[in-house]
Amino acid sequence: MSALLRVRDLKTYFVTEQGKGTARAVDEVSFDLYPGETLGIVGESGCGKTVTSLSILRLVPEPPGHVLPGSVIEFEGRNLLALSAPELRAVRGNQIAMIFQEPMTSLNPVFTVGDQIAEAAIIHQHLSRRAARARAIEMLRLVGIPDPEERVDDYPHQLSGGMRQRVMIAMALVCHPKVLIADEPTTALDVTIQAQILELLDRLQKELGMAVLLITHDLGVVAGHADRVVVMYAGRVVETATTNALFERPTHPYTEGLLAAVPRIDAPRARLHAIPGQVPAATDWPAGCRFHPRCPYAWDKCVAQEPPLIEIGAGDGEGHTARCWLVTEPERRQGKR
Amino acid sequence: MTFGNWFAVLVALVVAAEFVRMLRRRALAQERWRRFFRHRTTSWGLGILTFLVLVALAAPLVAPFDPNRQLDIVHLTNRAPSWTFPLGTDPLSRDVWSRTAYGARVSLGIGALGALVAVALGTLVGAIAGYYRRWIDSVLMRGVDVGLALPRIFILLMAVALWDGLPFAALVITIGLTSWFGTSRLVRAEVLALRQRDFVVAARALGADSGRVIFRHVLPNAAAPIIVSAALGVGNVLLLEASLSFLGIGIAPPDASWGNMIADGAPAIYTAPWSTLFPGLAIALVVMSLNAVADGVRDALDPRETP
Repeated sequence: MSALLRVRDLKTYFVTEQGKGTARAVDEVSFDLYPGETLGIVGESGCGKTVTSLSILRLVPEPPGHVLPGSVIEFEGRNLLALSAPELRAVRGNQIAMIFQEPMTSLNPVFTVGDQIAEAAIIHQHLSRRAARARAIEMLRLVGIPDPEERVDDYPHQLSGGMRQRVMIAMALVCHPKVLIADEPTTALDVTIQAQILELLDRLQKELGMAVLLITHDLGVVAGHADRVVVMYAGRVVETATTNALFERPTHPYTEGLLAAVPRIDAPRARLHAIPGQVPAATDWPAGCRFHPRCPYAWDKCVAQEPPLIEIGAGDGEGHTARCWLVTEPERRQGKR
Repeated sequence: MTFGNWFAVLVALVVAAEFVRMLRRRALAQERWRRFFRHRTTSWGLGILTFLVLVALAAPLVAPFDPNRQLDIVHLTNRAPSWTFPLGTDPLSRDVWSRTAYGARVSLGIGALGALVAVALGTLVGAIAGYYRRWIDSVLMRGVDVGLALPRIFILLMAVALWDGLPFAALVITIGLTSWFGTSRLVRAEVLALRQRDFVVAARALGADSGRVIFRHVLPNAAAPIIVSAALGVGNVLLLEASLSFLGIGIAPPDASWGNMIADGAPAIYTAPWSTLFPGLAIALVVMSLNAVADGVRDALDPRETP
């Protein structure tokens, strides 16, 4: 099966104020998204997840940001980075749609939710206002909003956060896109609402047969909803694996740390594990492996040379890779921690 | 002044008062409009503006005399206000009340149209500069800097010199073309803040083109400052027209505008202050009323107060 969305060597850099430096927010990121699957992108704040997703639709604010030449974002064989503005607009919202983190601020306060859901249908399918309104009602019903005929004329401030996120999903799915990019779709919501929204996404994904790029910092979300996972750290992909493989055999010390930091209901009560330190500034990534200052196993080789993504063999399915020298020298893992 | 004229003025007053009362009553139903009427001055401002607009529209009914006719250049110059001449007569023996009523047409017309041109242009330039950034922003904003640095009155004097006997439309356009700089800066600042807002990025992610993003998503959210600047702009244009007419380069005599009425009455300001006082008062009233209404609009449209 060929990939629907192929990202290769994506580099998105930001020129900082007064030209003092370049923030390498996304640095040589590659991954594939196959039809119908859910690919999770995980990492803590500031590791480049959101910039990656914005880069795909070329929504990175320019200036100060820019996607470097040599990067490839191929959708159905076409490089999105080479499209003209009208060609790109025909893809946005139509083939690839996006939902954002903050349902509170991602809706236009001066228009009704019906108007906003209808917008993509009017843009891409040239529906009449009346047909678009009917479509908006249909979409509201699809995303499980009660009394859609009434709610269609509501303004965003009249809806709760969970409702607004449902509206955002309805907006994104009006044109039945092939790819949905969900950038932390549940971060701003209550846990119970989170579960509802994620279930909704799962259901819609099955019904519409789309691929979902699920961006999150919540490993619990990934465990329940992603087929494969890409772990990002400091603008780099540090590990890719199927969800099962990742949770059973985390290989990169960063993934290990993330997993150890998840509270578990079946574990003895103890202080939660935390990865020491924080993500360094994007203008000044450490030399060598970018994780080495926070890594419990780091040795001189990690400081001297950055590892490539190394395939982990040994029956771990295809495509389990980690950017870590431990893969080549597994004996060093013993005796630490 | 005949009974009919007094009656017409009375009707205008009552209609204006009732109009405001009706609006207030309706306003109670909606939070946003309740905020509009929160201050008493807003109601007064709205009432005064309505009254003056009615007077301008009904000028032939409320004015007892032809505003341009010199009634009796020997015996009726500089008459004090009386029942016949409610606001007195000017040094050329014309009825000040009639001229004020007809002058309202000219002055309010120039004010409204001039401000419309200015705000439309300012909004467009500000939106383009703020949305597209890069070189077009620099070019437009340096242009605005130049526009703000040049004394407007000189530009207008130049236009007048080039355009012997400025027609009304040309005056409106010239005033509009020289009054948009402030608005464009204001709109640009708003657009700069709005363009990175999540819902604008979301609209782009849906495939909306720049025109759609600017006119549907950005500008409606900047409506409050734009409307306020339009309301204040009317007052500014009115004052500008007054000063131009006072300098003798605005509305050509004998047609009345509040500005050239002040100019005509100025020589007799010590002996017959009414011929300058009343048009001056009208200008002041309009500007103050517009300020009050603009405050109300700002309160009503402030998104920070929307729940």
